[in-house]
Amino acid sequence: MAIFLNEQSKVIVQGLTGAEGTKHATKMLAAGTNIVGGVNARKAGTSVTIGGKDLAVFGSVEEAMKETGADVSVVFVPPAFAKGAVVEAIDAAIGLAVVITEGIPVHDSAWFWAHAVANGNRTRIIGPNCPGIISPGKSNAGIIPADIAGAGKIGLVSKSGTLTYQMMYELRDIGFSTAIGIGGDPVIGTTHIDALEAFEADPETAAIVMIGEIGGDAEERAADFVKANVTKPVVGYVAGFTAPEGKTMGHAGAIVSGSAGTAQAKKDALEGAGVRVGRTPSETATLMREIVASL
Amino acid sequence: MDLYEYQAKDLFAAHGVPVLPGRTVETPEAAAAAARELGGAVVVKAQVKTGGRGKAGGVKLASSPEETQEKAAAILGLDIKGHIVHRVLITEASDIAEEYYFSFLLDRSNRTFLAMCSAEGGMEIEQLAVERPDALARIPVDAIIGVDKAKAAEIVAAGKIPAAVADQAADVIVKLWETFVGEDATLVEVNPLVRDPQDRVIALDGKVTLDGNADFRHPGHADLVDERTENPLEAKAKAKNLNYVKLEDGQVGIIGNGAGLVMSTLDVVAYAGEKHGGVKPANFLDIGGGASAKVMADGLDVILHDPDVKSVFVNVFGGITACDAVATGIVEALKILGDEASKPLVVRLDGNNVAEGRRILDAANHPLVTQADTMDDAADKAAELAAKTGTTAGA
Repeated sequence: MAIFLNEQSKVIVQGLTGAEGTKHATKMLAAGTNIVGGVNARKAGTSVTIGGKDLAVFGSVEEAMKETGADVSVVFVPPAFAKGAVVEAIDAAIGLAVVITEGIPVHDSAWFWAHAVANGNRTRIIGPNCPGIISPGKSNAGIIPADIAGAGKIGLVSKSGTLTYQMMYELRDIGFSTAIGIGGDPVIGTTHIDALEAFEADPETAAIVMIGEIGGDAEERAADFVKANVTKPVVGYVAGFTAPEGKTMGHAGAIVSGSAGTAQAKKDALEGAGVRVGRTPSETATLMREIVASL
Repeated sequence: MDLYEYQAKDLFAAHGVPVLPGRTVETPEAAAAAARELGGAVVVKAQVKTGGRGKAGGVKLASSPEETQEKAAAILGLDIKGHIVHRVLITEASDIAEEYYFSFLLDRSNRTFLAMCSAEGGMEIEQLAVERPDALARIPVDAIIGVDKAKAAEIVAAGKIPAAVADQAADVIVKLWETFVGEDATLVEVNPLVRDPQDRVIALDGKVTLDGNADFRHPGHADLVDERTENPLEAKAKAKNLNYVKLEDGQVGIIGNGAGLVMSTLDVVAYAGEKHGGVKPANFLDIGGGASAKVMADGLDVILHDPDVKSVFVNVFGGITACDAVATGIVEALKILGDEASKPLVVRLDGNNVAEGRRILDAANHPLVTQADTMDDAADKAAELAAKTGTTAGA
């Protein structure tokens, strides 16, 4: 099963012919992802050979879907053009758009999110500014290194890319059904709650790791959701206890203003919902290990 | 990037939002000249990026150029919540009939924009939101539909702005929306938005936060950066395009890849520091996803020149970043820095090409570099070294 992405997924890459698109398409193919083509309006009708596979370049997402049956798009388009690329994916009603691009203006992401909502949320958006999603052994849509951990029964959702990698590494002996980096921007498509809901429904997922960081109230809302709707064990980790107020820590979303959004407030909310929260990534992994051993 | 009041008002004026004429000056003499030019009574306002200026003595009324000079002299150099006043804004003193509150901001939870409006302006909005929540209208704004006159009228009515100035206020709000969108702002706040005795509606103050991700379509925004108030290490890091934040009272320099991992590293170092006399992380530095040898060298250059730093922790999980490139970067950087590098480095590498990365560091065998297998061990080692080397640890 896994969530959002599986062995049946047919993936196209928007920005396939760019340096980033080509580099990561090569890695995705090596990880077993079924990439069926790319999109670049200026190179429509041509094809590129990546990792020994000939990939057709289409003029639009709609055309690529019609010709290949693609249902997932991974977006590597530069920030200035990302809004247009995502809107195109939404207009074509592709099932999943994974937006890797970092540095998209928030007015652009708010715009394409509003557009997705206005179109009935037919397209699930992951990101922007995220590492993507991997269902180990099945498919990899994004830039998460496929060799960190294999398939297993943990579901992982994280705001941060490198903490996704770190946690997958810590728990590589158990493995993952699906790991999703939802991104640290102030406006993102798929949230912790969306992933928790899907993991709860996924028979291959036995336990869930949720990684958050300072800023916003997504973790607090996720805690409420866990309390009301999640029966599977959840372990949490929150980064940014020592981050000072009012400073942006790399992620545009990782900024604390006033008393809201602090790591302590998030930890308290999660623990109040019965989530065991680790102080460090390694302690979090230990908590998960205990839970898995008791299942 | 947060703007000063005078910069915010310049943007307002450019988008047709009514503001009072003013001059920004840096000396008492220039303040007197500005008062003479404006004529009549003026207000001298400290330009600092923090609230509570009035209470701190940063806003004064003056009735003559001489008094303006006096008041400016008192305000310039003032320390307001750690912000030194380098500039004052001299504006016409206005007659105020009523004070309102207005803002546009990003509503992260709902992934849309929000207008906040209240007929009870002037006081801190956090205070108003707590004490009189019903008095603060919160109206969601669709990013695509935006704010036209009709939407603005809805916001004005919800904020209970008096009918006599509702139309004028709605016009101002449409122009503030144009500022918000046109400048790629994540916050546009006017507190107070005032009604004068002639029923004009004027932005008396202004707070604007711009989205740095949108700088590519606003070349003019680069001019709004105030180099002087930046920490010199932060300025140096910015010049090298590094994502660096200096932290107070820290002794362990931190370099890592990815914002989340670096934040986590700060926490792990702080926990480890509890066992070593209370040493703390000295900075945040994210060398990003595709870190090269050059970026690592630039990062070390900044951190090793921080006099507060007693030891350095390099924490990299190679996803896209290859550990061998990071290791090469460390070795090269130490070569370039030569004798200037005098602080111990604890390096933890994992992930992409880790074996080669560790081999490169082993082969270089630099006396300052220690490798650690895990993040926890490395944090402990770095904290211990900082406590040993430092004399100010725990101070």
